Amino acid sequence: MTSSAELKDFEASKTMRNVMGQYFKELTDPARPKKIAWCTSVGPAELLRGMGFEVYFPENHGAMLGATRMATDLIPLANAHGFSPDICSYLTSDIGSYLKGESPLNKMKLPGPPKADVLVYNTNQCRDVKDWFEFYGREWNVPCIGVHTPRAIGDVSDTILTDVANQIEALIPTLEEVSGQKFDMDKFKEVIALSKQCTVLWKGVLDAAANVPSPISFFDGTIQMGPAVVLRGAQSAIDYYEILLAELNDRIKNGIGAVEGEKYRIHWEGMPIWGKLKSLALQFIELQTAVVSSTYCNSWVFEALDPTEPFKSMARAYCELFICRSDEPKEAYLERMIEKYKVDGVFYHNAKTCPNNSNSSYNMPQRMQKKTGKPYVIVDGDLNDLRLYSEEQTRTNIEAFVEQLSQS
Amino acid sequence: MTGEQTDTMQYYCGIDIGASSAKLAIIDSDHQLVAKAIGRSGIDYAKTAEQLLTELVEKESIDRSKIVKSFSTGYGRDNVPWADGKMTEIACHGKGAFFHFKERMTIIDIGAQDSKVIHLNETGKRDNFKMNRKCAAGTGAFIEEIAYRLALDVSELNALAEKSTNEVSLGSFCTVFAATEVLAKIRAGVDVTDIVRGAFNSVVKRIVEMDRVEGMLVMTGGVVANNPFLAKLIGLAFGTEAHIAPNAQYNGAFGAALFAAEQAR
Repeated sequence: MTSSAELKDFEASKTMRNVMGQYFKELTDPARPKKIAWCTSVGPAELLRGMGFEVYFPENHGAMLGATRMATDLIPLANAHGFSPDICSYLTSDIGSYLKGESPLNKMKLPGPPKADVLVYNTNQCRDVKDWFEFYGREWNVPCIGVHTPRAIGDVSDTILTDVANQIEALIPTLEEVSGQKFDMDKFKEVIALSKQCTVLWKGVLDAAANVPSPISFFDGTIQMGPAVVLRGAQSAIDYYEILLAELNDRIKNGIGAVEGEKYRIHWEGMPIWGKLKSLALQFIELQTAVVSSTYCNSWVFEALDPTEPFKSMARAYCELFICRSDEPKEAYLERMIEKYKVDGVFYHNAKTCPNNSNSSYNMPQRMQKKTGKPYVIVDGDLNDLRLYSEEQTRTNIEAFVEQLSQS
Repeated sequence: MTGEQTDTMQYYCGIDIGASSAKLAIIDSDHQLVAKAIGRSGIDYAKTAEQLLTELVEKESIDRSKIVKSFSTGYGRDNVPWADGKMTEIACHGKGAFFHFKERMTIIDIGAQDSKVIHLNETGKRDNFKMNRKCAAGTGAFIEEIAYRLALDVSELNALAEKSTNEVSLGSFCTVFAATEVLAKIRAGVDVTDIVRGAFNSVVKRIVEMDRVEGMLVMTGGVVANNPFLAKLIGLAFGTEAHIAPNAQYNGAFGAALFAAEQAR
């Protein structure tokens, strides 16, 4: 049986490729005037940008290594170097890439990732990001500093916010020393305001999927989120999402869905499987099933950002994230998503090397099904390490799950 | 093949091309199984399917043109050119088992390379399902590996396990490590019957940790069809009787045939 499924790309994507291409070009230009700060994907990017750094996000590079499937050859190099196959496969892919001197950026005729002048992490997502950055800190003998956010947060209390805000502020002396520039509060507030604008627009993009049929899928979202991750706080991200949002509104007006003949709607919980994005997207299209929402793409929505209270609001935005919360607020969040996006069932990706962003291990799927009546399926896989992924089992699981939805 | 074919006789066919073997079932208008065949899945699923069907209709003197609908299932479900539709093996095992036992049930299907737990409510609607992790433990592949290590034919295992008088435990999750444990038992002079029983117990443990059993326990697939004692052990572990579905190895193909009949209505 041959598939006639087709992906519907956005006109705007050409602009996005240019925006991202320009970002990488500036970042890897040896003649750039700015210092380079590496930042975790939900790290204090606004502060770094506000202090005049070019900001590089190695998790984005990890995702590229996964999507290009270069990770498959590179992870074993990091394993042999002492980084276990059981830990974050972004980390092992990226360190493997560094050890071998090969990067997806080379295919864009760019040198590999830029060497850091300073590495800045936030442990709100996991400890692995800190270990990852410390490897490079040792390699290059550059400062590796960060924010230690509590994890499994229930109520985002004032005690936590004060502590995290103080930690963010305490990064400034080292950053001043590295950049050679004094901290400028007005500039910082300006970046916070730009980042907030980006968040509002990016949230608008994701919210568009609440329409029936959904004009955008989770798989589109994992590509379209690039500027929201790496260019938040910069004008170019805002300009891009205005273009994309206009196209989405056109699709909504004309009843154009990302999935032709959309019959069922699914929430994707957990990390993407980067090396299988296309084949999974096509399988869901064949099954007339739209993956309309995810907590993953929503991880770059920072609604709390407020330029009038820059440190505290940044602390709140980065502590409120799904990934660093306890199960109770996570479940309340999922319930809201299921209702808002009119979801028929939930797909839990149990990413073997990312327990911090896998939510199927502590009985949550069973509890959620009891609460919402929505069925679930759990698929074992990984974000980057395809040795942990079974193509046939995954295809059968998805097909069987959609069969089950069709009975309802 | 039972009974005479009449001009009005209609048949429905289901084919389940699994990781190891392909099973074919033909049912009549009353949904009774009238013919079945099994062969190795091989490397050309389309050819295997054609060969199985051609040989079976010839052997049973069934007029192929009277097979009005066919459904495929299993790993090779996309590779059967003459199939009118396909369903996953999860749906087909559910369909087949519910035909025999019309009540709320948990079906455990142990195949060559995967195991599935399927929950059906009292109307036969699926509430949930689960497949094993990316691992051969708790599947037919594990049993085959142990038979190989013990230089036995898989057909001998059931009788040996039943004769066991001592509980032997294999603690490892992993098929390869469990096989290594078997080597240690051989070296220690443990009776082969007890080692086989230990291997069966290992499968039981992998199954029990997959999911819960709610309602009646029905077992399907080639592993329990050939090793009913293993089904008994699984039932004991869950504290309930394990019912082996009639023609358990063909249950997926039978379910596919039922789907074919349903579509023809």
